[in-house]
Amino acid sequence: MDRDLKRSIILDNYQNANKKYISNGDEFTKINTRNVSCIDNLDIYIDMDNNIIKDISFEGEACVISISSTNILINLLIGKSKEEALYIIDNYLKMINEEEYDKEVLKELLVFDDTGKQPSRIKCATLTANGIKKFLENN
Amino acid sequence: MNREDFEILRKTIVYFDNGATTLKPNVVRDSILKYYDEYTANAHRGDYKTSAIVDNLYEEAREKVAKFINAKEKSEIVFTSGTTNSMNMIIFGYFKDNLKEGDEVLITLSEHASNIVPWFILEKEIGIKVKYIDLDNKHEVSIDNVKKAITDKTKVISIAMTTNVVGDTRPIKEISKIAHDNNILMVVDAAQGIAHSKIDVQNMDIDFMAFSGHKMYGPTGIGVLYGKFDLLDKVTPFNYGGGMNAMFTKDGYVELREIPTRLEGGTPNIEGVLGLGAAISYIEDIGIDKINKYEKELRRYLISELDKLDFIDVYNREVDTNIVAFNIKGVFAQDTAVYLDKYNICVRAGNHCAKILDNEINISNTVRISLSFYNNKEEIDLLINVLKNSENIWKEIL
Ligand SMILES: Cc1ncc(COP(=O)(O)O)c(C=O)c1O
Repeated sequence: MDRDLKRSIILDNYQNANKKYISNGDEFTKINTRNVSCIDNLDIYIDMDNNIIKDISFEGEACVISISSTNILINLLIGKSKEEALYIIDNYLKMINEEEYDKEVLKELLVFDDTGKQPSRIKCATLTANGIKKFLENN
Repeated sequence: MNREDFEILRKTIVYFDNGATTLKPNVVRDSILKYYDEYTANAHRGDYKTSAIVDNLYEEAREKVAKFINAKEKSEIVFTSGTTNSMNMIIFGYFKDNLKEGDEVLITLSEHASNIVPWFILEKEIGIKVKYIDLDNKHEVSIDNVKKAITDKTKVISIAMTTNVVGDTRPIKEISKIAHDNNILMVVDAAQGIAHSKIDVQNMDIDFMAFSGHKMYGPTGIGVLYGKFDLLDKVTPFNYGGGMNAMFTKDGYVELREIPTRLEGGTPNIEGVLGLGAAISYIEDIGIDKINKYEKELRRYLISELDKLDFIDVYNREVDTNIVAFNIKGVFAQDTAVYLDKYNICVRAGNHCAKILDNEINISNTVRISLSFYNNKEEIDLLINVLKNSENIWKEIL
């Protein structure tokens, strides 16, 4: 993917993040992913039905990489089973950590394939992924 | 001014994060190198020449600190590892023993974590109550609000000299007068103030004060706890062991030494102390008042230039210190910091560990510029130029 296309996908998911809103229903579990660097602060709302992720949304303040990666990831995870979701997340984390990964499942998340080269951005790019991963593993 | 005193400034970086830590002048580095290369030895121990040199330099540094803040006696100066360490030493070593359930401690919402979290823990441990002095509409502490916050249960006022986000400097002398009129102890976190304006602990009548070497051109890992002699004398040590005991016998009898030695158990951070001594001499050679005047002028220049940019929000226009907090409209602080870093401009983005302040200003994250005397107008002009081109920010950082 070329730089301009990547940039426009990242920006679009930042400026027009379609899943950036609070979900208040009882079916939602709220998790907070406060970044250890004391800056990004996102709440994530997850609706799990049996083993399926029915819906996720998020709200909060964070940098372009955090918001955009969260929005893209969430769109990708909705409708997936817990196992499928964990597989996607694990491969996403591998990509960010510059390890071997399964490209097929990551779709638009591939726009972050060189984010691992900017150490200060790794936390931003993995904030939500780690939060959802922890939630899924514990449920 | 004095840029040539800093090896690191030969590189093309614009260092605007002096609130986090300051750069170190060559004389500080040299003082540490000399300790390594010419007279490595423990302090207060040996009977040989190099040990005596170290001993003298160590105690000389204590004298320098005492003079720098105008303490009455050098025994009122304890070397610690930094502000955080100093605050914990008094909160758990003095106030834990001298406060009781229901006693009130006044802080503010713009304190640094090191002047909040230990108090919260003490609240849990012994049932004191942590209360807040209201901030005014500029997020500053007014004398009226101090008076309003005081009750007959208030025993301590513990506030920063200068805050690390808003950058306002508190009228410590006036607050301390009110405190003492009400039998309240005055604790000052001077981490941000110490290198930028004159502090006179006697004139300001401060009971305990904490600061860090690394924010005043000295090394990391060294700091100071100041306390009035009679108060400091009642601080319970954290570290029992060598250096701080006068004698002990096999049946468990222990006699401790005088302050400040009693509060400096174990081999201290000797190179840190020597480096701090060198840093203080360095500041005094330039003159703290000259530094203060220059930094304020530079800040006014920065504000006047930022004011010309309609896409910038400045949050603390009015304060008169070295700190400016701002955002590019519509851009998250961290993204601005990453953008500026492309031009080797070092700024801090975040809430600067004052996590409860966002309750107050509704902006939880800002870009912070904290100036020092080695910054100059050319650097500010460069910053302004880069900000002017920030419509390209996404192209540059993504
Ligand atoms: C106002 C204030 N107090 C306390 C501290 C803590 O200092 P240290 O980390 O050196 O202990 C800081 C450091 O950022 C500060 O800005």
